[in-house]
Amino acid sequence: MKPAPFRYARPATAAEAVTLLASARGDAKLLAGGQSLMPLLNMRLVRPTVLVDLNGARELERIDAAPDGGLVLGALVRHADLAAAPIVRARAPLLAAAARHVGHTAIRNRGTLGGSLAHADPAAELPAALLALDATLGLLGPRGMRRVGADEFFRGLLATALAEDELLAEITVPVAPAGWGFAEIARRPGDFALAGVAASLDGRGHARVVGFGVADRPVRLRAAEAAVAAAPRDAGTPARAGAAAAADCDPATDVHASAEYRRHLATVLAEDAVGQALARLAP
Amino acid sequence: MTSGATAPTPAERLRVRFTVNDRPVEHEIEARRSLADFLRDDLALTGTHVGCEHGVCGACTVLVDGRSARSCLLLAVQLDGARVTTIEGLTPAAGLSPLQEAFRTCHAMQCGFCTPGMIVASTELLATTPAPDEAAIRDALAGNLCMCTGYVNIVRAVAQAAARRADAPVRP
Repeated sequence: MKPAPFRYARPATAAEAVTLLASARGDAKLLAGGQSLMPLLNMRLVRPTVLVDLNGARELERIDAAPDGGLVLGALVRHADLAAAPIVRARAPLLAAAARHVGHTAIRNRGTLGGSLAHADPAAELPAALLALDATLGLLGPRGMRRVGADEFFRGLLATALAEDELLAEITVPVAPAGWGFAEIARRPGDFALAGVAASLDGRGHARVVGFGVADRPVRLRAAEAAVAAAPRDAGTPARAGAAAAADCDPATDVHASAEYRRHLATVLAEDAVGQALARLAP
Repeated sequence: MTSGATAPTPAERLRVRFTVNDRPVEHEIEARRSLADFLRDDLALTGTHVGCEHGVCGACTVLVDGRSARSCLLLAVQLDGARVTTIEGLTPAAGLSPLQEAFRTCHAMQCGFCTPGMIVASTELLATTPAPDEAAIRDALAGNLCMCTGYVNIVRAVAQAAARRADAPVRP
């Protein structure tokens, strides 16, 4: 299993990478951490003429405080750094917790935030966490940067709002409410989740509850969110959110789990995640 | 994604400089060559084993700038300027490292194919977590598959090496 030949480019800036993308006219792939793309190259499921290695564009490694109390993250931030960075743990603990669930140590050392979002595996943790946190994604193209909310970014199985001449450059995470929860079930540590739920809520009715592994993309569990909004601090709220969770799921059946079992997991995990989030709110 | 051109893409080669086990390496390498294949076929460092070639088995794990990485998921040309450590670099000129000794004492291998990756991953664990409990050891090794042992003796070996606090220091 060896990749087909390609030309290799290592631009020093994101802007240079965009120029290379444009000149390749859709026949290039962007290489970030390589933890999803390299297997696809090795199996020759993708055969780009040009491989544009983003790892020389150090500007994409930023982990910065936003003036509003949120975060600005570069697309090349590695999962291990996302999980460990004190500012991420302080300002977006849900994101740091989600990053700890991605793959194994060696994968977290290389894999990147931007790569996970752009690859858009429906069972991936980071897309779900950023959807729960209402993040905004900055897409850099030949005409400059355009910003897309996480609600509009994920379009389906491995499909996003990225055009073929754009690269995902930065992720803006707004100030996160104090209540957060994250729960997933995987057959072994480090495997893709069979199903998972990320929840972010403020105890006053605002809630974003997101399921992953339960549809062709990370999905807002809107009935569960409505259950939280109806009774934001009630002791029975987690169970009601869980009971409502399956309504927004459209899971697939595969060798790992049936659709019915995934729907059941969504119920259990939404109750767990919402329960964690309520418990984290100050009394 | 698939090239529409009929002419095959030429095999591009790039000159790359990095260090492997503290020895400087300068080579002209085909762009598509994995670090794993480069280590084994060009440098004859065959301790790095190639199992699945898609990042699942962990047999090809090496340290890049002190952090574990799958060498089958890295292109050798990406390593320009990096510091790579393989199982050979973790092995003393004579005898065994304390971690290797613990693997032998605990019978932590049968066929041995996964062992280099296990040792590399364990080295990183002990460099960052000097006294890991069993859960931490199992978590750290979850990305390294072993088809023979059932893992029990591997976990014991890492715990023993940690308990003796004798792990050879690795620069983080």
